Amino acid sequence: MSDAPMNERRSGANLSVPNADALDKAADVEGRSLWQDAFRRLQANRAAMISAIVLIVLAFICFVGPAFVPWSYEEIDWDILEATPPNFETGHYLGTDSLGRDLLARILQGGQVSFLVGILATSVALVIGVAVGATAGFMGGRVDQFLMRFVDVMYAVPLMFFIIILMVVFGRNFYLMFLAIGFVEWLTMSRIVRGQTLTLKNKEFIEAARASGGSTASIILRHIVPNVLGVVIVYVTLTIPQVILLESFLSFLGLGVQPPMTSWGALIAEGAQEMEITPRTLILPAVCLSTTLFCFNFLGDGLRDALDPKDR
Amino acid sequence: MSDAFLQVRDLKVHFPIRTGGILIGEYTPLKAVDGVSFDLNPGETLGVVGESGCGKSTLGRAVLQLIGATDGVVSWLGTDLTSLNKKELIAARENLQIVFQDPLASLDPRMTAGDIIAEPLRNYRPTLSKAERRKMVEDMMERVGLLPRMINRYPHEFSGGQCQRIGIARAMILRPKLVICDEPVSALDVSIQAQVVNLLMDLQRDFGLALLFISHDLAIVRHISHRVLVLYLGKVMELADKAALYATPRHPYTQALLSAVPIPDPTKERNKDRILLTGDLPSPLNPPTGCVFRTRCGKATELCASQTPELERAGDGQDVACHHWKD
Repeated sequence: MSDAPMNERRSGANLSVPNADALDKAADVEGRSLWQDAFRRLQANRAAMISAIVLIVLAFICFVGPAFVPWSYEEIDWDILEATPPNFETGHYLGTDSLGRDLLARILQGGQVSFLVGILATSVALVIGVAVGATAGFMGGRVDQFLMRFVDVMYAVPLMFFIIILMVVFGRNFYLMFLAIGFVEWLTMSRIVRGQTLTLKNKEFIEAARASGGSTASIILRHIVPNVLGVVIVYVTLTIPQVILLESFLSFLGLGVQPPMTSWGALIAEGAQEMEITPRTLILPAVCLSTTLFCFNFLGDGLRDALDPKDR
Repeated sequence: MSDAFLQVRDLKVHFPIRTGGILIGEYTPLKAVDGVSFDLNPGETLGVVGESGCGKSTLGRAVLQLIGATDGVVSWLGTDLTSLNKKELIAARENLQIVFQDPLASLDPRMTAGDIIAEPLRNYRPTLSKAERRKMVEDMMERVGLLPRMINRYPHEFSGGQCQRIGIARAMILRPKLVICDEPVSALDVSIQAQVVNLLMDLQRDFGLALLFISHDLAIVRHISHRVLVLYLGKVMELADKAALYATPRHPYTQALLSAVPIPDPTKERNKDRILLTGDLPSPLNPPTGCVFRTRCGKATELCASQTPELERAGDGQDVACHHWKD
């Protein structure tokens, strides 16, 4: 029993006997960065890789698919004008909704909105959160106090209330929704980035950067941001589904996208009203939404494992 | 003033430490460096020795103004660094560099060796083209004993000694006039220590650098320094030429330190007279009155408790801060 590992070790040792030529060649190979290391670990994580592939495929179908569907998302089939089961002759591959609009086209369009909201709102949160968090953490003192108390105040404002007021003041603008959600989501991001920055700030390489003439801005951009990015990426993949869910919730309440435009949340809301007659109109968008959320969460988990410095 | 190009006069670095108070804190200054003065000449190495917590590293950082000085003057080529604003300070740092104690921690883990070494160039020579910069980095890598083809490797792929060479290359690439070495070899094993110290000495000879060499290893300081500064609780105990200090240490603290250096000869080692210091380093928050060393000194008298000894000339190129050095 104890022989097997021993043998393995021995053969491993034999393999690593430095062959001068091989070593010379290997030395010319570019160094492997921590990112590349993390990516290799991620690739070894089957669940995360499958999730990533599913997400890419889903997004691709949502954005390219409508070109191949005979009906558009806003077109009403006047011959039908009610919810019908799938029918290949009329080109309604997944049937129609209660107004006679093509369900497949609407799900694809809803997917576009959900993905867009998820990615754009998270980008807004990412940019503001990293900028504020890194600045607060690195500058410290009064700047830190001011920014973090501002975050505290923002936390205290009820989210729904904030978004509803924004909607009332600026009208129901599609793009405003990204901003509104992003403005809410950056708070946690800035806290996380600040915490990371505080631990980085006292590292010797930051002091070394100052000694070699770096200004505060260049140190934040060149040293702090790349080093907090690992944690941030994980948080981003976990924020995207949160944002998608938030948008669905807003749409469910009627505060989100406006008809005839739709999103997965709005489709679910519509479907919920008719779930006893045509459960299809509820189940199909719900399956799409949950699959996406599920995949994002798995991917986030995988990234966290891959980027966890304790694993190294 | 004189022709010395680095002059440190009565440098003090105090950190406020919260010692009480409920709403409004009461702060007591922790005197990490308390009134240190020395000169450094071009091409000279000044060794700074002392036990842990005596303010060696703080002194080095305060000279570079990486830690702000509470009081005193750091005069560099005639300009007082403590009075400069941020921009002027960044400009002045072109000639002042530092090598850190922990080789790996002082390198950004997300940057390649080439990028790390090139960073000072990017800050101070922004007009250089990419190819020129790469050429300079490769030359410098070769100079410090690294293979130029390792330029794309990341810090975690290097050994401790190699990392320290990267740190040295980064400090040397601008051809500075003064380099602070903050215990550059204490994290390395002995054979590598020798290589790195010899590398520093080579570079010093070639570039005409002045070095401020901070260490707790008296043997290495003896090897590399021209003069030695002995620090205890943030104060200078003795400042002397290397030969004089190692031959005739005048201060009781220096004598005790030197007697603790092992001699690589078992018979001599066994028979030598060792001066054992009793007790611990007193808290820098509450240093002893008068001479800070008196609590552990065998020669302490009442005079030591009441009066702080000033540095006085005790011989050729040897200054001692002790009331009883003549005894």
